[in-house]
Amino acid sequence: MAYLINQSINRLDRGAFFALGLISLICCSLLGMVIWFLFHESLPVLRGSHAGSFIFDDSWFPLEQRFGVMPMVWASLAIALGATFIATPFGIASAIFLAFYSRGPIKSTFRLLMNILAGVPSVVLGLWGLTELVPIVASIQPPGTSLLTAVLVLSLMILPTVTLTSTAALSAVPPQFLEGAQALGFNQKSVILHIALPAAKAGIISGVLLAIARALGETMVVLMVAGNVVQNPSGLLEPVRALTANIALEMAYAMEDHRASLFFSGLLLTLVVWALAMLSTRFRSLDGRTQ
Amino acid sequence: MKISYTYFPLWIRHLIVTSFSLLIGLQTPNTLADGSRLTITGSSTVAPLALEMAKRYERQHPGVRIDVQTGGSSRGINDARSGLADIGMVSRALKDNESDLTAHLIALDGISIILHRSNPIAKLTGQEIVDIYTGKVRNWQEVGGPNLAITVVNKAEGRSTLELFLHHFELTNSQIKPNVIIGDNQQGIKTISANPGAIGYVSIGTAEFEVTFGTPIKLLPMGDVESSVANVAQGYYPLSRPLNFVTTTNPSELGQDFLRFAQSLHVKDLVEEQFFVAP
Amino acid sequence: MNTTRFDFADYLFRYSIYCVSLLMILVIAWLLGDVFIKGFSHLSWDFLVEEPRSSGRAGGIAPILTSTMLILAVALITAVPIGLSVAIWLAELTSSFGKYQQPLTGFVGSTLDVLAGIPSIVYGLFGNAFFSVYLGLGFSILSGGLTLACMILPVFIRTCESGLRAVDRHWRDGALALGMSRVTTIFHILLPTTKPAILAGLILSMGRATAETAALIFTSGYVDRSPDSLLDSGRALAVHIYDLSMNVTGGDANAYASALVLILMILIINVVVQAMLDRWFFANTRIIRSTTSTHQ
Repeated sequence: MAYLINQSINRLDRGAFFALGLISLICCSLLGMVIWFLFHESLPVLRGSHAGSFIFDDSWFPLEQRFGVMPMVWASLAIALGATFIATPFGIASAIFLAFYSRGPIKSTFRLLMNILAGVPSVVLGLWGLTELVPIVASIQPPGTSLLTAVLVLSLMILPTVTLTSTAALSAVPPQFLEGAQALGFNQKSVILHIALPAAKAGIISGVLLAIARALGETMVVLMVAGNVVQNPSGLLEPVRALTANIALEMAYAMEDHRASLFFSGLLLTLVVWALAMLSTRFRSLDGRTQ
Repeated sequence: MKISYTYFPLWIRHLIVTSFSLLIGLQTPNTLADGSRLTITGSSTVAPLALEMAKRYERQHPGVRIDVQTGGSSRGINDARSGLADIGMVSRALKDNESDLTAHLIALDGISIILHRSNPIAKLTGQEIVDIYTGKVRNWQEVGGPNLAITVVNKAEGRSTLELFLHHFELTNSQIKPNVIIGDNQQGIKTISANPGAIGYVSIGTAEFEVTFGTPIKLLPMGDVESSVANVAQGYYPLSRPLNFVTTTNPSELGQDFLRFAQSLHVKDLVEEQFFVAP
Repeated sequence: MNTTRFDFADYLFRYSIYCVSLLMILVIAWLLGDVFIKGFSHLSWDFLVEEPRSSGRAGGIAPILTSTMLILAVALITAVPIGLSVAIWLAELTSSFGKYQQPLTGFVGSTLDVLAGIPSIVYGLFGNAFFSVYLGLGFSILSGGLTLACMILPVFIRTCESGLRAVDRHWRDGALALGMSRVTTIFHILLPTTKPAILAGLILSMGRATAETAALIFTSGYVDRSPDSLLDSGRALAVHIYDLSMNVTGGDANAYASALVLILMILIINVVVQAMLDRWFFANTRIIRSTTSTHQ
C-alpha cells in the first residue's frame, strides 16, 4: 500500500514527511521540556532536607524558611469546590432550560449570553468582582476580599463550561427515550429528571470535572479578590491565598529552596488538573457507550 | 517533480509573505547594540522616581530606552544578580549576604503608618501598633476610635517595607494577623483608601504623593515624630531608609552614565517632587 | 374539555428552572452591563490613540494595543505553522510507519494532553525561566509571544488533528488514484477541507491568548510605552487592566474602558473568523455536496 510513506516512490513525499517529523519532534521536545523543567526545578525540595516541610510546616513564611503549603492547598480546594458547588446546579438548570424549556429568540439569546460569558477574560471578571462584589461583602465584614467573594466570582467564570457541556449532553439524548417516556405518561419534569439527566450523566459529569480543573488553575480572579493571606480557610468571609496566586505573588524574587517549593506547588497543581482532565475525557467517551 | 512557488495554494503563499514581512518590518535595526537599553526592576517605592528620572534621561539622550518595572526589593536584587535587569531598585540598605552587589544611594525615605482619612485617631503608640498587627486589638474602639473593626493590611514577603517594619517593631511575619496582604505600595494605598477601618504602612513619599491626588488617606506620626519629608531629611524620623540602585560590580557604560545622572544634582527636583529626600 | 389535573410538581419544577435561568440572565447582564456602561463612558477615540499618563489614570492605551497585537502576532506566527505541521504528521502517520506508529502517536498525543492541562501561571514560570533567563530574551514581547505560543499549541494541534482525521477516507483514495503525491493531497485537498476545524482552533487560541494575563506578567513585563522592536518589553491589555484595578487609585474608570476594548477585540476576532468560515463554507458547499452524493 502506497500509504506507507517510507516506501513512497515519491521523493517529495519522503522529504516532506521527514521535515514534518523533524518539526514535530522538535515541537514535542520543546513542549516536553516544560514538564521536565517543572520536575527539575522542584527536585531540591523533593530530595533535600526540606522534603517533609512542605506538608508538615504549619504555614508559608519563606523568610523564616517555613514552606508549609497546606493552608494554600486547602484554600485552592475550598475555592474550586465551592465554586463548583454553586455553578453545577445553576449550570445544569440553565442547560435544562436551554435544551427543553426554551425556543426561538429566547433560546438563542440565552445561548449567546452564555457564549459571551465564556469569552470574558478572567481579569475582567476579577475587575468586576473587585469593584462590585468586594464592597458588598465589605459592608458585611471588611475588607471584603475573602473566600466568599472568590467563590462567587469563580463560579460565574465556570458557569458557561458547565452549562454548555451539559446542554450538549442533554441534546444528545436520543429523542426516542424522551418520546417513549412521554408516551408512558411521564410529565415534563419526570422526563427530564428521570430519563434525560441520567442518560446525559456522563457528559454532565465530564463537564463538571472540566470546570473543577479550570477553577483550580485560575490565577487572576483569586489574586484579585481573595485577600492573599496565607491561612487555613477558617470562615467564608476570611481572606485566603490560593496556590496559583501564591506563585504569581512570589515568583519574581524567590530563590533556591523557596523557588523550588513554588515550582513544586506548580507541579502539584498540574498533576491534579491533568488527572481531572483525564477523568473528564474518560467520562465523555462513556457517553458514547450508553447510546 | 520540481517544486515551484506556485505549487503551494494561494493562501499559503499569502501566509508566508505576510509572516516574513511582519517579522522583518518589526525588527528595528538596533544600531546602538545593547548599550541603548536599560532594564530597571525592583522596589515599588523607588519605581515612580526611577520612572521620572528615566524619562528625563531619555529626553536628554535620544535613542536610549529605559524600562522600569516593579516587583519588590527582593526582585530587584534577584534580577540584578541574574542579569535580567541592569539595575535593581531596593528600598533598604544591602545586607551582608548581598555584598556581591554595589549600592548607589539616590534618595532617603521613611515608612509611615497610614489610616483612612475619616478615622479620627491622631496618634498610636508603638505598643498599640504591635497589638493591632498581632491581632490583640480588633476594634478601633479599644484605642480610642470609633466602633469599627480594624482591617489590618500587611505587605507580602520579599518587600523591604515589610522587613523594615518587622525589624522596627521586633516582630516576625508569622506573628502578624493580617486581613489583607498587598504587594506594591500603590496597591496598599488603594486598599486603605477603600476601607474606613483599615490600617497599613507604606513609604512616606508614596503616601504624600497620593495625598496630592486627593486620595482619602492620612499619615500617622511615629511615636511623637511627625511623618513628614522634613523629619526624614533631618534624621529625626525613626523608620527611615535609604533608596538604592543596586548593580553588579561592573555595570554597562549606559548603566554607569545613568547612575551618575541619578545621583547628580540634575534630578534633585524630581526627588523632591516624589516627596523623597535628596541625599 | 380539560381532563388533565393540575400537576403541581411539574409546574414547580418548570418555574424554578425559569427562575434560575432568569437569575443567570440578570447576573450576566449585571456583569456585561457594568463593563459596557462604565467602560463606554470613558471610551473615546482619544483613548485609543493616546499614550497613558500618570500611571494610566489619564491618557489612553495606544502603545498597549500595539504591544497586545504584537504579542498575539508572535504567538500565532509561531504556533500556526508548527501546530499545522504536527497535526498533519499526527493525522497522516496513522497509516504509515507500521509498528512504530502506535507508540509514537500515542506518546505525542499524551504529551499534548498533559500540556493542555497545565495552568497558565505555570506556563508563566516556565516562560520566565526559559525564554527570559535561559535564552536571554529578558522581558520582551518575544518572550511573551513565545510563551503564549506554547500555551495555545496543544489545543490547536488537537483541533486541527481531529479535523484532518475526520476527512473521509475516500478523498485520499481518490487523490491517490489520480496519482497525486501525499504532499499535494495534503495541501490541495485535505487542508482546504479542514479549514473550519483549523479556523475554529484559531478562534479558540486567539481568545485564550488575548485573555491571558498571568503568563505575561513575568515574560512581557509591565512597561507601558510603545515598543520599538520585538525585544522590547510591552504591556498587554489584560496586564494593563490588572495593574489599573489593583495598583492605581482612581484607575478603575480606565480599567473598565480597557476591559470594554478587550471584550470588543475578542468579539470582533470571533465575528471576523466566523464570517470567513461562513463565506468559505458557502463557496465550497456546492462542490462537497456534489462529490459526496456520488459516493454511496
